[in-house]
Formats: sequence, structure tokens, C-alpha cells
Amino acid sequence: MDHQQEKVQLFGMWASPYVYKVKWALSIKGVEYEYVEEDLWNKSRQLLKHNPVHKKVPVLVYNGKPVAESDVIVQFIDDVWKGHGGRILPEEPHERAMARFWARFVPDKLSPPIWKWFTTAGGEEQDAAHDAAMEQLRVLEEELAHGGNEFFAGDSVGLVDLSLGALAYVIPMYEEIIGERLVIEERFPSLYAWMGRFLAAPPVKDHLPPMEELKLRFRAIREYFVKNA
Amino acid sequence: MAAGDDLKLIGAWPSPFVTRVKLAPSFKGLSFENVEEDISNKSELLLSSNPVHKKVPVLLHHGKPICESVVIVQYIDAWADPGTGPSLLSSDPHERAVARFWAAYIDDKLVASWMQSFRGKTEEEKSEGTKQMFAAVETLEGALRECSKGEGYFGGESVGLVDVSLGSLLSWLKATEMMSGAKIFDPVKTPLLAAWVERFGELDGAKTALPDVDRVVEFAKMRQAQAAAAAAASEN
Repeated sequence: MDHQQEKVQLFGMWASPYVYKVKWALSIKGVEYEYVEEDLWNKSRQLLKHNPVHKKVPVLVYNGKPVAESDVIVQFIDDVWKGHGGRILPEEPHERAMARFWARFVPDKLSPPIWKWFTTAGGEEQDAAHDAAMEQLRVLEEELAHGGNEFFAGDSVGLVDLSLGALAYVIPMYEEIIGERLVIEERFPSLYAWMGRFLAAPPVKDHLPPMEELKLRFRAIREYFVKNA
Repeated sequence: MAAGDDLKLIGAWPSPFVTRVKLAPSFKGLSFENVEEDISNKSELLLSSNPVHKKVPVLLHHGKPICESVVIVQYIDAWADPGTGPSLLSSDPHERAVARFWAAYIDDKLVASWMQSFRGKTEEEKSEGTKQMFAAVETLEGALRECSKGEGYFGGESVGLVDVSLGSLLSWLKATEMMSGAKIFDPVKTPLLAAWVERFGELDGAKTALPDVDRVVEFAKMRQAQAAAAAAASEN
């Protein structure tokens, strides 16, 4: 069966990094799909039907069957379009386990302090969040440097790169809005280089959110948090 | 299991995440060396095997560490000989995705809310945790109906990833029931789950891996006493 013939729909929202993770995965596999933009303040009946548990985006619908949760969707895409495009997860079980482990590191350990740093007004609390974020970035820097590859698991975009991916454009935006650096080239040479490489990678470069609009959105978010501190 | 397969599990008996990892080889008929860790005094082996999180469980396979319970379970399933028993994950991509979805739900929603009901700092926080926990259980009743397709397990005819994920929590959930007096898996509200709890508990693999409920109750009471003492001390 030619999987390209099966209908693929992606329900998403233009600013969600999780939606982009799925878009990049689909791009790696060369899958054609219909994209449906959701208004999260007025969710469509279709979205609520396809993801009744969380009512969130992204949701991938393949051949009428929905898949939710971006990490689950990415692995699903890798399974279904096994022979197409690049491998998203490594073949070897131990390497696969390592990829899954590092993919979890981003939401569990790295994103929280970065978000805290971004949504806290300047002062001790923000400095502490900045330091905490730097500590986790150091762990990632070591892992990337140790591997010695272009991307985390090899020479093409894989699961861990996808997990970290949005931070490649989000961190520089946060830095600009706050006026403080986080990923300084001298301190994190591998990560810094990776960020540029990721944004230029074929599955990613033509599938990025509208940056100016995103920046405006982030500015408004920061303003809100700082005012309501 | 072939000699020299060299499986070592660094764990701590009270941890449901450690139990989760014990269940996987139990169901696949694999044996492993159990290394009991003193969480208050972590060993060099643990710290060097899991430098990022410094937590149990850690599986060492031929000396190579694998961390995070759901990652470990999938690793064991992928690596183990097909002759050792049915796979914990279906070969169908959509069914696998559904299983992974519910495994994530169990940790993100059920475990998180249950922990809040236990460790919440205020009575409000605790009761909110309890409320969310019951909501999660109700959702899981629907999940079981959907996934089991009339068979006995989330994995269908045989135990799967979701059964292992939820099953690992059973001793603690039963302990909670004993301590609070409230039934978490109510046979009237969640009949499928209540039946599943009995069925799962009867499995040899479950009996081997799950800690004794009375022992868990004792441990939980001790922990609560410690927390209360610490809170009282900080108020003085």
C-alpha cells in the first residue's frame, strides 16, 4: 500500500512549537498533508472529537484515526512511513532508548527554567531561573559535544533535535525581548552551532512560524507575566 | 534467559517506577540482578549511571545504563528475544501510538494528581489532587474499554505497555485506598478497571514484581510522619 495515498490531516495552531515538531517530522518523511488551523479559543468540533482527552493541538489524523501528543505523533510518523525519508528514531534499541531519554530531557528539565526566566520580572528570582537554565544547557552541550555529530544522533535531524528544535528560534527571541543572553557562543559552542544548523536543515527551513508575529506574541506574554507578578 | 545477558536493575522497592521496570522482564521471563538503592545515600553506581537525574530506576545492560521507566520498558521489549513472550507493544503503528498516549497520560495525569493528593502542602491542594485523580481514573475506564476490544487487558489478549504502566502503581493505589478508606477503582463507577485490577494482580509477573501492600502502607505512614515532623519543626 502506498502510504502517500492515505489521507493525512494535521490540526494545529501557528504559534505552537509542538505543532512545528510534527510538521518537521512530516517534512523529514516527505508526507503530504492537509493542515487545519485551530482557533484555540473556539475549538472545532473535529478537534474535540479527535482529542477528547486533552482537547489540544497538535493532532494528526491518518486514515481517519487520530493520534495526539507530539512525541507520540512523531514516533507514529516514523513507524508508518518507515521506508521514506530519514530515520527519526535510531534503529538500534540502546540508541533508541538514549534518543527517547534525551527527548524527555527538554520538556522535563530544560524548558521549565527557560520559561521561568522568560516570565519572571528582573531580579533575584529571574537570575536564579537564568542560572538554572544555564545548568541544564550545560548538560545538553556536553551531550552534543560528546557525540561529535552534526545533530544529536547523527548527521540528520532526529527525535532529540525535533524535541529541542523550537528552542533554536525561541531562545534568541527571548534573549532579544529580555535583553539578556542565554546561549552565548563561547560558553555553548556546540549548541550554538547546532541551532544555526537546525534552522537551516532541509526539513526545517521552509517550515518555520512567522517570526515577527511570534515575537509580538512573546512580548505580550512577557508583559502580562511581569505586570501580574 | 541466556547466561551473560547481564541485566542489572538499580532500584528502590517503594518506587512504583522501579516496579514498572521489574514488571517488564517479569512478563518476558527475563531475570535480572536487583540492586537495592538507599535513596537517602545514593551510591556511586547510581550517580554515575544516571548523572542527569540521579534517580531510580536505572537498567544496566552489559554495563550500559538506560534511564526513565517508560524508556526502559520499551527497551526491554525491543531487545528481548521474541521467544520470551508477546511484545508489550502492538505491531500496528496506530495501536502503538494509542498505547504510548495512555502511558503518558498515566504518568502526567494519574501519577501527578495522586502525588499531589499525598504530598500537597495544604488540605486544598491535596483534595484538588484527589479530585483530579478520580477524574483520571474515570478517563482510564474509557481507555480500557477502547483498548481492550473486549479482551482483558489494555494490550488486548495479553499484557501491554499500558497494563505495565498502570499495574506498577497498584500497590500504592491499594495502600492509598486502605489509608483513606475511599475506593479508587470502584466496581460500580469503573467496573472494567476494577475487574482489571483483580486480573492483573493474579498474574505471576505481577505477584513477583509488586511490593506487598502492607509494607507500602507502613512506608507511607512513616513518610507522612516524617513530613509532619519536618513541617512542625519549621513552624517553631
